[in-house]
Amino acid sequence: MLMLLVALQELGLGAPFPHTGHIAAGGLAFLLLVAGLVSSTFHLANPRNAWKAFNRVRTSWLSREGVSAVLLLLVTVVYFAGLGWSSGQSTALTTILGTLILLLGLATLVTTGMIYASLKPIPQWHNPVVPIAFVVLGLASGAVTLTAFASFSMGVDPILGAFTLTLLGLATLVKATYYLWIGKASGPTIQRATGMTRAQVRLLDTGHSHPTFLTREFGRNLLSRTGSGLFRAIVFGIGFLVPAIASAAMIGETSPLLGVLAVVAMFSGMAVERWLFFVEAQHVVNLYHGRQRV
Amino acid sequence: MRLGLVIDLDRCVGCHACAVACKEWNSSGTLGPLSDYVPEGLDPSGVWFNRIRHYECGDYPDSETVNFPMSCLHCEDADCVTVCPTGASYKREEDGIVLIDQDKCMGCNLCAWACPYGARELDEDSGTMKKCTLCVDRIYDEQIPEAQRQPACVIVCPTHARFFGDLDDPDSDVSGLVRDRGGYDLMPELGYKPTNKYLPTRQPPSIPTTQVKAKSGSLLDKIRDRVNRVVSR
Repeated sequence: MLMLLVALQELGLGAPFPHTGHIAAGGLAFLLLVAGLVSSTFHLANPRNAWKAFNRVRTSWLSREGVSAVLLLLVTVVYFAGLGWSSGQSTALTTILGTLILLLGLATLVTTGMIYASLKPIPQWHNPVVPIAFVVLGLASGAVTLTAFASFSMGVDPILGAFTLTLLGLATLVKATYYLWIGKASGPTIQRATGMTRAQVRLLDTGHSHPTFLTREFGRNLLSRTGSGLFRAIVFGIGFLVPAIASAAMIGETSPLLGVLAVVAMFSGMAVERWLFFVEAQHVVNLYHGRQRV
Repeated sequence: MRLGLVIDLDRCVGCHACAVACKEWNSSGTLGPLSDYVPEGLDPSGVWFNRIRHYECGDYPDSETVNFPMSCLHCEDADCVTVCPTGASYKREEDGIVLIDQDKCMGCNLCAWACPYGARELDEDSGTMKKCTLCVDRIYDEQIPEAQRQPACVIVCPTHARFFGDLDDPDSDVSGLVRDRGGYDLMPELGYKPTNKYLPTRQPPSIPTTQVKAKSGSLLDKIRDRVNRVVSR
């Protein structure tokens, strides 16, 4: 996800890095991307067929994500090979490849978001804020990592610092919009699910004595108002505010400690954000197990 | 042709025979086995294509118990098919049956997430997704008598609460039932256009349970009351 940032460095902002740093940052981004792709196969029940996941680009957002992520990897390899060839100088070739990386990175983020946003049975996901949040959070976390990286080697460029702060501000705005959007239950009710709209409907018996695939996969307790408020505060405070303060303090300085702090806070906040994203997603099938509305 | 089921909620008594017959037939069918995890243990669980839930609608005394069988609705706009990245999940053009190619499925669960009706269940033993096949390996089998070329759940139902047929054909029995009894879709607002239809329960007059003996005022009633009391002594 911070591939984009590397590309931005290449394109607009010249080279605030020494080029060895540039390549090291690219290597880290590459490793993170590979790790992400590999770990995405861990949740598969039948990973032997994972290679077939590129078959349905025409309809499936998951397939589109896979294709754009793999293309992004390939182009990145070629890009760095090109940089090495020209001994670190930007050439026409690397500019073209850099643009391609930018587009593919964006495509990967959008397609990832659309996997969730395309799921109609989950009202908390089926909305336009979700893909926007994936793009903005992806860029922001990449920017923080890049800022921290810069703070190790040489001082953080003011342009990079301002960029990071802007993205963190945007992330706060988008996430606040998202939480506002899902604040009120807007999905179907148990009456709509069963079609019995003439009176109140209650579950008498689920028909099974023990958990099933459906209850294990989709059944989750609703967070209390204070509970979700607390976790949202963690997302905003630790995920966005702490990295923002650290990034602002890092501008023009060389401070590995602040860099580590920013990255650790950002990724802890992101972990809570993603966990909350899943916990707050209420699948419609829960209505058949007695939930009154989702 | 659009094959599907029509389920009569007025007749279903919630005996789970359809679920058992489904499990029995499909365990050795095209998608079999339907794995059970520790079936004899304290925490049994397993794959079922058909599940029956029981609801209460309304408040006593105007309440009724509704038994609610659910299996794949074989939707016209089936998101479970479009989200599948491998092409394992598909909808047959000739009869609209939604199936899963077990050789292509990678077990990512996305189709189960895309289904609002809980029709799909992952088989943890094979690592692949499984679902109702509408007994595709039975309804076209010319080796069995024609009357029996129906899904196992339909044949076994002791109260004839399940009907199988072509919902595209306006003259079919199932289409007639849907017309006459006001058959409806589950959550049509989600836009999946399910093929299976549900027939609502009929509304019997509620049986009064409070103030059964209303105080009546007429002279004749009072005399009758008094006479009754004397006679019962």
